[in-house]
Amino acid sequence: MDTVLKIENLHCQVQGQQILKGLNLEIKRGEVHAIMGPNGSGKSTLSSVLAGKEDYEITAGQILYQNEDIGELSPEERSWKGMFLAFQYPVEIPGVSNINFLRTALNERNKALGRDQISAKDFLRLVSEKSSLVGLDNKLKNRSVNEGFSGGEKKRNEIFQMAMLEPTLSILDETDSGLDIDALKIVSNGVNTLKSEDNATIVITHYQRLLDYIVPDFVHVLYDGKIVKSGDKSLALDLEERGYDWLKLEKAL
Amino acid sequence: MSYTEKELKKELEGKSYEFGFVTDIEAEKAPVGLNEEIIRLISSKKNEPDWLLEYRLNAFRIWNEMSSPDWAHVKYQEPDFQNICYYSAPKQKKQLESLDQVDPELLRTMEKLGISMEEQKRLTGVAVDFVMDSVSVATSFKDKLADLGIIFCSFSEAVQNHPELVKKYMGSVIPASDNYYAALNSAVFTDGSFCYIPKGVRCPMELSTYFRINEAGTGQFERTLVIADESSYVSYLEGCTAPQRDENQLHAAVVELIALDQAEIKYSTVQNWYPGDENGKGGVFNFVTKRGLCGYRSKISWTQVETGSAVTWKYPSCILKGDYAVGEFYSVALTNNYQQADTGTKMIHVGRNTKSTIISKGISAGFSQNSYRGLVKIGKGAKNARNFSQCDSLLMTDRCGAHTFPYIECENPSAMVEHEATTSKIGEDQLFYCMQRGIPEEKAISLIVNGYAKEVLNKLPMEFAVEAQKLLEISLEGSVG
Ligand SMILES: Nc1ncnc2c1ncn2[C@@H]1O[C@H](COP(=O)(O)OP(=O)(O)O)[C@@H](O)[C@H]1O
Ligand SMILES: [Mg+2]
Repeated sequence: MDTVLKIENLHCQVQGQQILKGLNLEIKRGEVHAIMGPNGSGKSTLSSVLAGKEDYEITAGQILYQNEDIGELSPEERSWKGMFLAFQYPVEIPGVSNINFLRTALNERNKALGRDQISAKDFLRLVSEKSSLVGLDNKLKNRSVNEGFSGGEKKRNEIFQMAMLEPTLSILDETDSGLDIDALKIVSNGVNTLKSEDNATIVITHYQRLLDYIVPDFVHVLYDGKIVKSGDKSLALDLEERGYDWLKLEKAL
Repeated sequence: MSYTEKELKKELEGKSYEFGFVTDIEAEKAPVGLNEEIIRLISSKKNEPDWLLEYRLNAFRIWNEMSSPDWAHVKYQEPDFQNICYYSAPKQKKQLESLDQVDPELLRTMEKLGISMEEQKRLTGVAVDFVMDSVSVATSFKDKLADLGIIFCSFSEAVQNHPELVKKYMGSVIPASDNYYAALNSAVFTDGSFCYIPKGVRCPMELSTYFRINEAGTGQFERTLVIADESSYVSYLEGCTAPQRDENQLHAAVVELIALDQAEIKYSTVQNWYPGDENGKGGVFNFVTKRGLCGYRSKISWTQVETGSAVTWKYPSCILKGDYAVGEFYSVALTNNYQQADTGTKMIHVGRNTKSTIISKGISAGFSQNSYRGLVKIGKGAKNARNFSQCDSLLMTDRCGAHTFPYIECENPSAMVEHEATTSKIGEDQLFYCMQRGIPEEKAISLIVNGYAKEVLNKLPMEFAVEAQKLLEISLEGSVG
């Protein structure tokens, strides 16, 4: 099985502050990895540096995506190569319809990869197919990106976008936060449907609840910028029971 | 900004050559300078009636008594009015044989704007095939308009062929004494556009100076007069998105609109004069006076997309004289590099139940300064007048400025005036979000900016809106930081 993502000894600094301090992780096609950890442990920082956000500086180590060091690639180049980040806090873009946003995204990728622009017909077919996956309200498609969406609608919209872009590596940053149980089921169902032997998923979450619906192959605990423990899904249940405080104790020892 | 007239002239001389303008040294040019003799010369060259000469001379006397306005939030070196040539025969662009002879940068821009090959040729002065030549298109349009009794011609033609209309309405909305640049224009204007829509007629097409300008040649002191007679309708487009180079530094136009009872005028502008280079050198000064007069139940809408000029000074306004009259102002003003814009509107409510809406979207990038200046005035008799103003500013950098100067004068207690204003900086998070989805930064900026300006762009006629959108994109290239 080939490797989609290999993170080696990753050190990442944000505004002079060292946040990731030697992180290692390997993800193969078809796998789902969960990353758990207390607030402030560096989970969102990891997703930002993977996606190539400005000011997230790699001070040591490297990120290999499909065997290529992507440290110097722009966010859009990473996106064209099949990386997708479902944001913890999706951003509002007033005046830009969801539809226009996605068509621009698809066509910019097609342009970059030397493919033809998507026809209006194919695009609309894709929209109707993919939006039903997460039960996205028809009205929301024509509304401005995330503007005035409820928390749950924003998260569904992230998964809708993910479905449209069909990524090879998806990173879901606390997609479960702020979702009620029904929405959680819908979102999880969407993610599970999109899962295949060819792609891989990183599920970042605070609670193990989500992992009842999206079952991970591996669970990692991120603490103070490092992965301090890895295991199978039973580790998530352990964490649920014991909380994160024992990590602090362990670290102190 | 500190550059001299001389430097500017030198630079523009270089440019005018580069862009295929013929400077036309001997032909039909008045000596530089401004005095009564020059004005008499202009008037006689144009074979004008005595009353018009009188009008000009009177305006000149008024102008002599005035001094240039200093209240706007702009800094520039006042042009030397004695060093301008106020009359030359319509400029002839040098005919080029193919687009290969045109500045590639200009072509690149036009291509990005989606301007067709034929149109590119026309705009740059390349000889066009005569099959679908714009002149013949314009002629067939003219026949159609004439059938409806619509008059659409150059100002000079109107003076010759419809003097009674010109005499009746010219200066009726913007008197020569209105302001310094209006007075100057009234004294020395050379040409412009004239439009009259007869009673009850709905003009079936967008009237565009696009067509006319090429025939007549604009001047730096342009004059436009649009009259919509009772219950008529017209949509009028001015300017174009293609970059406009001009060796004239100062442009001081006057636009007067008259909407008689129950008439409607929609006036849309896309302004893209040469803004100067990225160091703030050169560029056109655009000092325009635009105003409309509304009769009973009539409506005037100004929609403008302003991206050009080094310095812009412009306040399209409405006098809502008749009861139930409606005035609207929708504006996007984008400034980049060292551009300065001071623009806005005046809504003067005179009649009862008059209503006005102001939507202003400023976008500042680079080191530019972008000001909104608006006046909402509710007169004593304007019972139940309503105004809603929304002025938003979007900043692209930390080095540019956005300013809002809303003035409200209310003399009638039954009036309702609402004003909302916001200032925001283009968000790193918004950009990252777009880029993560595969949209490169420049495209992301244009997407966000167009979304921000959408309310105004939606008011433009369709084909204009598409070009205007691309224009915003191009004007913002390399602007984030
Ligand atoms: N842009 C930033 N500038 C400075 N510090 C940051 C920034 N983003 C995150 N941090 C800090 O990095 C640490 C990890 O944050 P984050 O990655 O958001 O954690 P998590 O997602 O696990 O809650 C926190 O201490 C946070 O304050
Ligand atoms: Mg987080």
